Amino acid sequence: MAEVAHAEVGHDDHHDHHEPSFWSKYVFSTDHKMIAMQYMFTGMAMALIGGFFAYVFRMQLAFPGASIPFWGTLSPAAYNSLVTNHGTIMIFWVAMPVLIAAMGNFLIPLMIGCDDMVFPRVNRLSYQIFLISAIVLIISFFVPGGGFGGAWTAYPPLSAKAQYNATPFGAPLWLIAVTLEIVAFLLGGINFITTVMNARAKGMRMYDIPIIVWMIVIASILFMCSVGPLIAGAVMLLFDQTLGTGFFDGAAGGDPVLWQHLFWFFGHPEVYVVLLPAMGIVGEITCTFARKKLFAYKLILYSTIGLGILSFFVWAHHQFISGVDPRAAYLFTTTTLLISIPVAIVLFAYIATLYGGSIRFTTAMLFALAFTGEFLLGGVTGIWLGSSGVDVYLHDTYFVLAHFHYTFVPIAIIATFAAVYYWYPKMFGRKMNETWGKIHFWGTTVSFNGIFIPLFILGAGGQHRRIYNFQHYPDLAGADMQDMRVFATLSLIVMLAFQVIFIVNFFVSLKRGEKAGNNPWKANTLEWVATSPAPHGNFGPVMPEVYRGPYEYSVEGREEDYWPQNEKPSDS
Amino acid sequence: MFDFLDRFMPGILEWQLPRASEYALQIDVLFDIITILVGFWFVLVLGFFFYLIFRYRHRPGQKAQYITGETHKQKQAIEIPHLLILACDVMIIVPTFLVWYNVKIDIPPADEEVRIVSQQWAWTFHHAGPNGMLGDDDDIISVNELHLKKDRQYTYHLESRDVMHSFSVPVFRLKQDAIPGRVISGHFKPIMAGEWDIQCAEMCGIAHGIMAARVFIETEEEHNAWLAANTPAGAASEFIATNELKISEEKEDRNNG
Repeated sequence: MAEVAHAEVGHDDHHDHHEPSFWSKYVFSTDHKMIAMQYMFTGMAMALIGGFFAYVFRMQLAFPGASIPFWGTLSPAAYNSLVTNHGTIMIFWVAMPVLIAAMGNFLIPLMIGCDDMVFPRVNRLSYQIFLISAIVLIISFFVPGGGFGGAWTAYPPLSAKAQYNATPFGAPLWLIAVTLEIVAFLLGGINFITTVMNARAKGMRMYDIPIIVWMIVIASILFMCSVGPLIAGAVMLLFDQTLGTGFFDGAAGGDPVLWQHLFWFFGHPEVYVVLLPAMGIVGEITCTFARKKLFAYKLILYSTIGLGILSFFVWAHHQFISGVDPRAAYLFTTTTLLISIPVAIVLFAYIATLYGGSIRFTTAMLFALAFTGEFLLGGVTGIWLGSSGVDVYLHDTYFVLAHFHYTFVPIAIIATFAAVYYWYPKMFGRKMNETWGKIHFWGTTVSFNGIFIPLFILGAGGQHRRIYNFQHYPDLAGADMQDMRVFATLSLIVMLAFQVIFIVNFFVSLKRGEKAGNNPWKANTLEWVATSPAPHGNFGPVMPEVYRGPYEYSVEGREEDYWPQNEKPSDS
Repeated sequence: MFDFLDRFMPGILEWQLPRASEYALQIDVLFDIITILVGFWFVLVLGFFFYLIFRYRHRPGQKAQYITGETHKQKQAIEIPHLLILACDVMIIVPTFLVWYNVKIDIPPADEEVRIVSQQWAWTFHHAGPNGMLGDDDDIISVNELHLKKDRQYTYHLESRDVMHSFSVPVFRLKQDAIPGRVISGHFKPIMAGEWDIQCAEMCGIAHGIMAARVFIETEEEHNAWLAANTPAGAASEFIATNELKISEEKEDRNNG
């Protein structure tokens, strides 16, 4: 009887009589979870490339001119190409796909209680374009002239003319890859917003939406609003490169500074596009493992919206010394310092959430706490740089580099690990090994600080970015400074080595991990209602209904310290 | 004001690099103001954060409290720190504006002028020759060597011949991007004799990493001796002579245009 009933349910739900083939299940799938996996694994593979690049150029900086294991001696042109593509990969092919695309795709339908994205085929197209963009980027490393080396900001005229950048094929391919990648995320973002607004479970009101879903939606809106100028700029730059137009050529009537405005008008909101999902991840995990309701949910939500709006008015703080009218700095210094307030509100609310909690130090929680602590340093160091008066000195030094790595590493590495450890049971039905997870945690975070704290000091000492050998500069060639460079490089090698533990843990746990059950962390949000791993269609025949907000932990008068969103109130 | 404040400041940037320009002191003081204000908050918040982590660690039999953070009193716990942060922001913004005005907007009357031309991958500096005028035939043109007189107020005119470069002198705390097709002017006043690095701070192509130059700050007598030794009639090198030719042609073009 039961079997018959089950078969009928399957028939009704999916109109699907046959087991899907390998290709339709893993490669051309329209299932949001499979697309999330595709994004996640592609992003992780790209992270290995980006990490390897970092290893090569850090080795060059620590031991200038030496033969680098797995590479050989590094030429200046190759050095430029490596730093350029390290930045490009880590932002566009790691942070974006893993945080927005993988987490958004995996979590949004599960957390709002629907069976898939509203546009599943647009979703599939989004990943396919993304994959093509990654392939184009990788091809660009191997064309004659080598990969593009004009920095990830690609300022013309250097990026516009092959006579200056000496990468006649690398530069256009790099630009095409970035543009395709952006188009892919535009499609994904449209899907996220539409799905959240239209396909929520019955009973889920606006304030019942988990904060991570809100943050991904706000990030998608920021992305959609900011990306238009960049796409326009990218097309113009491509014309300058290939057709000989002069949009960014002063002699031909254009203006090279225009590109900087178009780029940073996108580029600064872009920081928040990847920051917000990471903050959302940390919010979810903090609540679950502190067994606490999120402190001031509405305040966080409205601060985030305010943050999103303000983020469109700060872009020129990247251009204080670029030759724009210096009086503009008054405005952009003010907006930049003001944006510290909504960011701080969210972080303070997370810290306040710990108050009165009962904190479980799982690996996911350790990474989430590390995000809050490390990002705090990344955030506050932005104040020195947002102050135009100090930026005159610090602009383009290693201080800037250390600052944004203290924001991007917590975002793209630490928060991502938190998310993987936390949602792994829902992805694969098993838990990752906690002991190895904690070893991985300590190895990663301690060595991360070992890399970038010396770089703050070097930056304050006047060391500029994108220079492949500091021994050419008498003021920077001292033994003390070189020791700090060596220390940073060794820390990087330690950090990379600890990732081997993660990779092994990840793949071994697929087969041997402890079976998780549906709700291993005793969390409230809807994804934990689905079986682990969640099946096609997510929730089976009965879609969940929502009766309360997502963070009703430790409610007084209840036996259990959690109260799932879909649990019917007992007195009704 | 900044001279006065400097007495109470740790002078963090000076630990690594001397202050060789007049406004370096202001930038260093501003750096210290921010370090003190931000450092106070950072240590306080991080300390509180670790305290909470320790205080509210899970212990058997203890249940977490139910706190919404939505009541007026609880919201104040976040709002009051933010009013204080806003006050700190203002305390940073006001001196920032003063420093920015002094460094980048207000250009004092110049005692001397110098023309700086950047190109892939060298700096060419045009110094006023013995007659003290910039832009005539007795200019001294040097490559990757900038010679300045101590305690004189300079106005520089920064140009680029090809791509974006950035003229950065860490001991002056000065940085300015060069844009092809524009002349960007600014100022500095060297106050300390010595010899330091000039770096290019904007990615400018393959040899960006070795686009280095040196600044020499000299007394009046030393500078005059250097001028005498390098007047074109005297000891100009072949490179400088050919460069001179090109540049004077260009100057004519500029005059015509």
